[in-house]
Formats: sequence, C-alpha cells, structure tokens
Amino acid sequence: MTAAIEARGVAKRYDGFEALRGISLSIGQGEFFGLLGPNGAGKTTLISIVAGLVRASSGEVCVMGHDVVRDFRAARRALGVVPQEIVFDPFFTVRETLRITSGYYGVRRNDDWIDEVLANLDLAAKAEANMRALSGGMKRRVLVAQALVHRPPVIVLDEPTAGVDVELRQTLWQFIRRLNADGHTIVLTTHYLEEAQELCDRIAMLKNGAVVALDRTSSLLRRFATCRLQLRLAGAPLPAALEPLRIVEPGVAEPDARQGAGGARVSLRVDDVAEVEAILAALREAGCRIEEMELARTDLEDVFVRVMKETR
Amino acid sequence: MDPARRAGEPFSVQGFATLLHKEVLRFVKVGVQTVGAPVLTSMLYLVIFSHVLEDRVQVFEGVRYTSFLLPGLVMMSVLQNAFANSSSSLIQSKITGNIVFLLLAPLSHREMYAAYVLASMLRGIAVGAGVFLAAAWFARLSFAAPGWILVFALLGSAILGTMGLIAGIWAEKFDQIAAFQNFIIMPLTFLSGVFYSVKSLPEFWQTLSHLNPFFYMVDGFRYGFFGASDVPPATSFVVVAATLGVVSAIALRLLASGYRLRH
Repeated sequence: MTAAIEARGVAKRYDGFEALRGISLSIGQGEFFGLLGPNGAGKTTLISIVAGLVRASSGEVCVMGHDVVRDFRAARRALGVVPQEIVFDPFFTVRETLRITSGYYGVRRNDDWIDEVLANLDLAAKAEANMRALSGGMKRRVLVAQALVHRPPVIVLDEPTAGVDVELRQTLWQFIRRLNADGHTIVLTTHYLEEAQELCDRIAMLKNGAVVALDRTSSLLRRFATCRLQLRLAGAPLPAALEPLRIVEPGVAEPDARQGAGGARVSLRVDDVAEVEAILAALREAGCRIEEMELARTDLEDVFVRVMKETR
Repeated sequence: MDPARRAGEPFSVQGFATLLHKEVLRFVKVGVQTVGAPVLTSMLYLVIFSHVLEDRVQVFEGVRYTSFLLPGLVMMSVLQNAFANSSSSLIQSKITGNIVFLLLAPLSHREMYAAYVLASMLRGIAVGAGVFLAAAWFARLSFAAPGWILVFALLGSAILGTMGLIAGIWAEKFDQIAAFQNFIIMPLTFLSGVFYSVKSLPEFWQTLSHLNPFFYMVDGFRYGFFGASDVPPATSFVVVAATLGVVSAIALRLLASGYRLRH
C-alpha cells in the first residue's frame, strides 16, 4: 500500500546550519504517528517540507504517493495541516474562512461538511462571528477546522494543544481519534509526551535534525523497560555501588543523599522489580534511612529522556 | 519544467476564483477606507487645481483645464489603488502569518498572480469610476475613443497590481512597502503628465518623461477622451503592453521560485 507520507534522505541547510540531516521515514496509511523531539530538533522543518512551506535542500517527500514538489497539487489536496502558531485573517467570519479554505482546495458547496466540523469542534455557535472576536482556544479550533475542511486523508497537527485548556484538548482528541478510526492518517508533534504515549501507534524521535529513535510506541516502552524507584533518603549518602543506577534528568541538579533535614530525593533505575529487595538491603547496610519510597513504571517521558541522553 | 505543468493541471479555476473572491471581499469590507477615501482625495486635487489653474492653462485646443485634468486624476487613482491593493494584502498576510493558508493550498503561481492582479484591477477601476462619477458635474468630457479608455485602464491597473505584488513579495515590513510607494510609484505617477502636458516641459524633461511608462498610460487614457495626446495611442499601447509583459514575467518568476514566501 502507498505510504501516507514517505520521506527519503530529506536534508535542509540554512546558511551553513543543518536543520535536517537526511531524514528517511515512512508513515503508513491509517497510522497515528508521533514526531517528538526537543525544540530545534527539526520537527517543524520536516512538517513544513511535507506541507510545501519549506523546500528541502535535498531528498524527496511524497504524500499519498504524490511528490510534494513535482505533483504539489495532489500532495497538498491529500494533506491538512494545523500550524503551530495561531494565525487568522481578521477580515472574515469563521464560516467565510472555512468556505475560502474549501475553495482553495477546489471543494464547492461544502457547507454540510463545514457545519459538521464546526459542530464537532464546538464552534457552531461562532460560525458567523468574526475571527477577531474569538478567544485563543477558539481560534485554534478554527485552525483545526481549516485543516479538515477538504477532508484530507492525511492530517498533520503541529503542537495543536500548546497552551489550550483541558476541555478543548479532550474535545480535540476525541474528534481526531474518530477521524483516525475512520481511516485518516494522523501525524502529531507535541511536547506533551503523555498525549503522544496515549494516542500514537508509532513514534519517531528527532534530535539535531536526525531521527534517533523510530518504533512502535509499545516497542519503545518495552525496549527501555525499567521501573523508577523514587526514594527520600536520610542518614547516609547513597552507597557507591548504587550510583550507576541513579537517574539524573537533564537540567536537574544531582541529588545528594547526605543533605540534612527532610532527606534527599534519589531516583534509581530498576530493570526488574526483583532487584528492589537487593537495593533496599544495600541501602540499609550503608546506614541509609528510607523516609519515602515509590515504584513507578517507565513512561514515554523516561524513554524520551534516555534517548536524548544516549544520543548526545 | 515548472511544478504546475508537471502536476498535470495547468490552472485551477476554482482555486483562482476563490482567491479572487477573497481579495475582492477584503477591500469591499473596508470600502470606506479602500474606495471612498481615495475618491475624496482625488476630488480635493480636482477642486484645488481646477480653481487655481482653470483660467491660466489650456493644454488642448478647446479643452478646459478641469476637463484635461480629470482623466489624469482618474488614471492616477486607478494606478495608485491597484498598487495599494495587492501590496497591502500580501504584506499584511506575511506579517500576520495568515499567508500560510495560501501557501498550504494547492494553488500554483499562475492562480496567485491572476487572482491578486485581477482583484487589484477591480479596486483600481472601482476607485477610478468613483472619481469619474463624483467629478462628472465639474467637468464636461467627451468620449472620442472609448475603446482606448478601457484598454489603458485595464493595462495600467494590471501593471500597478503586478508591481504591488512584486513589492508585497519583496517587502518584509510595512516600511518597505511605504518606501516602494513613496520613492517609485508616487514620483513616476506625478511625473507622468497627470497635471500637465509633457509638451509644456523643457526638452530634457520631455525626453526623461518619455522613459516613464506611467506617462504612456496616462497619455493613452487621455486620448480616449479627447482624441488628442502627446504621443500616438498605438505607441502608448505598445510601451504599456511591453511594460505589463516585463513586470508580469518578474512577478510570475518570484512566485514560482517561492522568493521570500517559501523558505
């Protein structure tokens, strides 16, 4: 089956800076695909190349088998993009905005679908309101509606829930899940990793313009399957034998078990729950007093942190 | 081969019609500012200049100065507003970021060019018609060759609409549009014989005026009313049509390359 999105050796250079370094990946039809990475990793550049907003320095991208440069009309008709920034045309109402977007894509007499999209995004009451009169959250919903107005088989959402309230987030994900269940391919970039873990079948992690991890979400979680033993210690420092298990998250100062009142918080990586007893024994032997203890399962955030750390 | 041809659909009529409709709606929604205000400005020019010069200047035999001035003012309004429409629309879209909706859409450079330029022509001609109708009771006009009036109004507005498109693509802030307008469009318009016949100028300035394509637009347009002009209308037509060809080629090239639009 033709891939929904196929990128082959996509590179982008700006005046000596390499924003993308030969990215190749294939996203199948009907997938819910996550594109994760820290700021500046190249996620938006890659999406912009797929959407035709940015031209690749080398390599090629196809959407539903259509090259985004040579066959740009078919590629763009197959794609709906929700941009990261909230942008709008202040001259028009919500309905006019959606009719104009429909027309750009060659879709005429589209009011039935426009009404359905507006209803699904809780925007029906605002259909005749000027874009300027909408709140930030409402404007973001209109951006989503604009991406869907021509019923594209592939939908790209570039951080669609950044700065939006819980209610909109839930409404949005409910609608997007339904579209995915109906066969639409969804590509999502987000900094909310719990959303990605919950929604995405497969995930690519980008760093410095390159793919550093690409797998099914469940496989990624399994590959980095560990538990996190979170402790608050007092009385003695963490024994040297346990130091290699300590998890230090980037940007967080290293904990010090010798600190005074209240004890120090320490996170240890535990590959198997059976190891917990041995760790506790080592702590007791070293004179550490355990004031708090919690065992947490690995989540996508742990995987993300490890992948980013290991590919430094 | 350019992308549109390879895409197998040389021209999307629906996409073009939608962008044209959007661009027309944009200026109609703020009609007082985009049509009413320029008509008022031109009327002020007409009242002041005709008051001062009516009894002192006669350019064509048997034609009063107010009658001579009116076609020039109409053409000046057509040109300036055609430029303002495409340039302001594009720069606003670029600065507010909503240009992204156009760039995401399956529109080729041809549809974009045609829609922006045609919308500019419509605004320019709407303002020109407004000036003409408002001033009709001031000045008695004949229509010696109406076909030339139409031809030069269409070509002149198309040229300025295209120049506005080029300025809008090139500019990255409002200041740059203002500079383009103040240092290129305004001098070329004011030195094109709107207010005088170039034959009244010293020889050096006459020669210089003949290098200004705006002079041919105004002179040819005026010929349509009086059947008299500084140069034959066919000569003006050739110069104006060639100018449209050059600016259109530049605008299409910029749009096709994505210059300052697609990074």
